[in-house]
Amino acid sequence: MSLRPPAEGWYETPIARDERGWVAVAMSVCLCLFFWMIGWHLYGQQNPSSISYRISPSEYMQLHLQWVERYRIGEENGVPVVAPPPGSDVLLLAQMWRWSPVVVLQKGQEYTFHLASVDLLHGFSLQPVNMNFMVYPGYDYVLRFRPREAGEFHILCNEFCGIGHHLMTGKVYVVENAAELERLRQRFRGSQP
Amino acid sequence: MYRAPIFRMCDITGLQVDRTAERLIRLNAVFAALALLVAVIGALLLVLTRWQSVHLLPAQWYYRILTLHGLNTLIFWIVFFEVAGLYFGSTIVLSAPFCAPRVGWLALLLMVAGFLLADVMVLAGYADVLMTSYVPLQAHWLYYLGIILFAVGALIAVFLFFGNLMVARRAGTYGGTLPLFTYGLAAAAIIAVITLVSGAIIYVPTFLWSLGVIPRVDPALYKLVWWGLGHPAQQINVSAMVSVWYLAAYLTTGGVSVNERVSRIAFVLYILFICLASAHHLLVDPAVSSVWKVWNTSYAMYLAVLASMIHAFAVPAAIEAAQRARGYTRGLFQWLAKAPWGNPTFSATVLSIIGFGFIGGITGVIYGMEQTNIIVHNTLAIPGHFKGTVVLGTSLAFMGITYYLIPLVFRRRIVGLGLARWQPWIFAVGVALLAIAMVGLGVLGVPRRHWDVTFSGAPFRHSFPAIAGVLWVIFGLGGLLAVGGVLLWLGIVVLSVFFGPRMEGPHDMQLPLAQPVPLQHNPDGKKFVAPGTLVATLVFLATFLVFFWLNWKWLAATWGVR
Repeated sequence: MSLRPPAEGWYETPIARDERGWVAVAMSVCLCLFFWMIGWHLYGQQNPSSISYRISPSEYMQLHLQWVERYRIGEENGVPVVAPPPGSDVLLLAQMWRWSPVVVLQKGQEYTFHLASVDLLHGFSLQPVNMNFMVYPGYDYVLRFRPREAGEFHILCNEFCGIGHHLMTGKVYVVENAAELERLRQRFRGSQP
Repeated sequence: MYRAPIFRMCDITGLQVDRTAERLIRLNAVFAALALLVAVIGALLLVLTRWQSVHLLPAQWYYRILTLHGLNTLIFWIVFFEVAGLYFGSTIVLSAPFCAPRVGWLALLLMVAGFLLADVMVLAGYADVLMTSYVPLQAHWLYYLGIILFAVGALIAVFLFFGNLMVARRAGTYGGTLPLFTYGLAAAAIIAVITLVSGAIIYVPTFLWSLGVIPRVDPALYKLVWWGLGHPAQQINVSAMVSVWYLAAYLTTGGVSVNERVSRIAFVLYILFICLASAHHLLVDPAVSSVWKVWNTSYAMYLAVLASMIHAFAVPAAIEAAQRARGYTRGLFQWLAKAPWGNPTFSATVLSIIGFGFIGGITGVIYGMEQTNIIVHNTLAIPGHFKGTVVLGTSLAFMGITYYLIPLVFRRRIVGLGLARWQPWIFAVGVALLAIAMVGLGVLGVPRRHWDVTFSGAPFRHSFPAIAGVLWVIFGLGGLLAVGGVLLWLGIVVLSVFFGPRMEGPHDMQLPLAQPVPLQHNPDGKKFVAPGTLVATLVFLATFLVFFWLNWKWLAATWGVR
């Protein structure tokens, strides 16, 4: 009883058939869920990586700037546009309140993204694909992405980072193939001051 | 100086009531209601801000009120109420005295001081850090001090609960075994100790950092340990809520657990595995590995989820078995149709169970899986999930049981019982709409804790699919309805407690105290005790599998990531 001590012999009361059945079903579901997560690591395409490094914000900033200069193809809305070679690294920077740079990727190629912040925690939210990861100051989170479709995508910040949080948006282009990448390159070259 | 406790004998339940314990319970409950009032005013402003067609507050005040709302709902309202519940379960229920009244007053004083200090600092604009206050975001040191004072007070209250149990046991005021309600609260109290210690481990260094005594707090370490406070705190709520479900089932229908051993083992599973839940918040974070994530997020192979699934059967089964013993045996669900629906505690409990399971539980388990977290982390689906658990589940269960606490502990008649019968429905429908809309918006990628999802002024403006517009309307209407439900409850409680007619005796009891009925003889457990409940739980499982399948399908459609 919930308000009074239980009746004599409560400990020996056999478990009724339906309750026993339910507990057995529930327990098997629980075990399946656990092994499902492990199975997805073996056979699934989407798994958060276990790779991360400590890095000081100033050092990351330096690496980021070097990388941007190296592969920069233009500028959009005041943000540099960078087209790294397929299969290479992307050193994305999160800072109050911007994502840098705009990245141009090629469909079906794998890119090694580095996510790091130089001030507060930020949230990397790729839309409308809807993939979300955390970005920390002092840590480099390494995630290898393989874009599945071509088009224009946005990066939102979805971890509170101060009054300008809602202004923190970025952009990703995914192009179909190398020819289209060249066209985009031309377009940005044309827009350069 | 020792003063002998003064008892009154309850003319309704026959229990011995220590007057000091009663006063402490009343005061803690009053502060709980006060915190809920602050929280719900905040909720109203937040709903009217995020609902983009109204967009009431400016950005700074949105985040400020969001901080206030989170603190007052998730911490102050619930912990004050839980302390009242802990004292109730360890003294009145056991006919036992309060072990150390002065320490009880000290605990209350600390909690109230912390509550006021933290709220004032937030409103004064010294702590725009949201409830989680992730470092390196920094609030004024007085804000952290407020949280620490509150937590120390709460920890003392938890130890007083254990003290009360010891005193009651030595004095032999109850039989050798704790009632299930108090047993469940003991589980909650043990989890509370683990939780509050985690809180101390992280808040004390953060407090020192805000004073400049220590140079930095690692952000990843902060988040890990902070959630050792934040998530298990919600499991205290689950444990306390389930205890209240068992209590409500007993008071309203005379239902008792069909197997006390199973129900108690389930509470033990909570204690053993719930403290791993910090991982739920770190599934898409650097610094921790997948092995750590999978093991911890599943509470060691979902054994704490198993506990909730056991209670999800056991509580309705208690009601069903009692109703069947009363003769409502036709079909699978006559027992439910003939249940005391006019009793607001009963309807609140049933709605709490359904809401907790179908909205909070299903989303919680699926969003807490390592990979599916990718498509919901920090989207509105997450607050949608915990609107299901902690608002529709815990808060509604606590509101429901209050309709018995008013006559039994406050010794007042309920003012406006007619309205009280509607209150659980208004609140539950409101929160359910709100939560479902939030889950839907989250699936579309709409971020939580975000002032302007039209991104005006940002370098790149993202627009969400058109269906979001419909969901925002449901969000707004559900939110307003839920706020209405809380205000109605607060109105009934305040009017009854402060202005209601005093209870003169059992004849003043407006809600019946159901008598337990002898259950069917089931010597070797071969008979079904609750076939209706079994069908209902299987329906729940089927719903879970549909939502599970949908989420993994959505995940599989995203980009490859490893």
